[in-house]
Amino acid sequence: MKYWRKPLDFGDVKVPHGEVRILVERCKGCGFCVEYCPKDVLVMSEEFNKKGYHPPKVVKAGECVNCNLCEMICPDFAIFSVAVSDGDAAGAAGSSPEAAGADPRPPERELRRA
Amino acid sequence: MSTPAEHPEVLPEEHPVAPYIRTDRMPHIWCPTCGIGTVVKCFATALAESGLDLNKVSVVSGIGCTGRVAGYMKLDGFHTTHGRAIPFATGLKLGRPELLVTVFSGDGDLVGIGGNHFIHAARRNMDLLVILVNNFIYGMTGGQNAATTPLTAKTSTMPYGNFERAFNLPQLAASCGATYVARWTCLHIRRLTKAFGEALKRRGFRFIEVITPCATLYARLNKLGSGLDLMRFYHDNAEIRHGADTREVGIAFQDRIVCGKFVDEEQPSFLEMMHEHYRKTLGSKYVPTPPEGGWLHE
Ligand code: SF4
Ligand code: SF4
Ligand code: SF4
Repeated sequence: MKYWRKPLDFGDVKVPHGEVRILVERCKGCGFCVEYCPKDVLVMSEEFNKKGYHPPKVVKAGECVNCNLCEMICPDFAIFSVAVSDGDAAGAAGSSPEAAGADPRPPERELRRA
Repeated sequence: MSTPAEHPEVLPEEHPVAPYIRTDRMPHIWCPTCGIGTVVKCFATALAESGLDLNKVSVVSGIGCTGRVAGYMKLDGFHTTHGRAIPFATGLKLGRPELLVTVFSGDGDLVGIGGNHFIHAARRNMDLLVILVNNFIYGMTGGQNAATTPLTAKTSTMPYGNFERAFNLPQLAASCGATYVARWTCLHIRRLTKAFGEALKRRGFRFIEVITPCATLYARLNKLGSGLDLMRFYHDNAEIRHGADTREVGIAFQDRIVCGKFVDEEQPSFLEMMHEHYRKTLGSKYVPTPPEGGWLHE
């Protein structure tokens, strides 16, 4: 993000990081998640799922802020986001085993929503 | 990892909505870019945030695309005959007053076929949360003209455009006595979820109208593109006006959609009035239904 002035609490504010999970076979390719993701993390993929729809794919994994907007707007319950606790881009890339097996509803997310 | 094929295996049970929907019935039958699923997700999120005991929440639907909701949600539910969701829900609430009874159905079902039930449940201030998904048309039955179809919109039974005047649903509900009346589109995910959460806590007849895209019939017959195009249309044309006069929130064809919370007031509900009346007139002879549902519960 670009700032014209560095915010005074810049050091204290932690931007949450998330990782997107896609249930490819449920997706009907509506594009809602791609259209409304505020960070443009997703694009429609060229690939097909079993039913012949194009699911979304992640192109800017490190940018996801775990706002779960894609999860809320998806009419097919096909996408959701989980918090990446250490907040670094390596975790957001989905390669760490602990991220893959993480609880889908970590406590940070509950707090943030309340 | 960014392409679906290489994406790590994700199990359906991992999705946060999994405790609220019948995962074995997914994918659901709703068309691509239909908005009903989004409304279900918002409702499930509101339920999760409310912390309510899911054994005490039930959902009743009628016939139609939205009528499928009762079957897809992992709550006690009933899929009634066309238009009869409200009478069934009324019976359920009176027989088991401890339940939180939700009616989840479409415009054709609730105010077309079942319009009479709707106005009387509102008049009685029956303890129901009524979620009406309005897509301006009869979807499942083939795109016939509905009581909510805006003037000049084309439907399969009005191929030259609709010349019947449409219901203004918030006005209908408010004038019949509903104590909570709101309207959102399924693009307003956060506000809709908040409205569901608020209405879950209220008593009496609560009515939430949710405007959703019907890509297969309404959008196709009117050449409006896909559901995504309709979502973009909502983005540009929805106007939030809390407390607006419900007489002024009617929807014209492809015109602005006034959203917001229009009515929120406390009024004695049907059950409260019944108990009070019988206590007054019958005195000690009156044995009210126990809050836990009486003998049905034993
Ligand atoms: S959680 Fe938010 S930022 Fe991340 S992909 Fe979804 S919509 Fe985009
Ligand atoms: S919103 Fe859901 S169904 Fe639509 S493209 Fe995204 S993942 Fe697929
Ligand atoms: S017919 Fe219309 S309302 Fe029914 S599922 Fe398809 S898009 Fe949705």
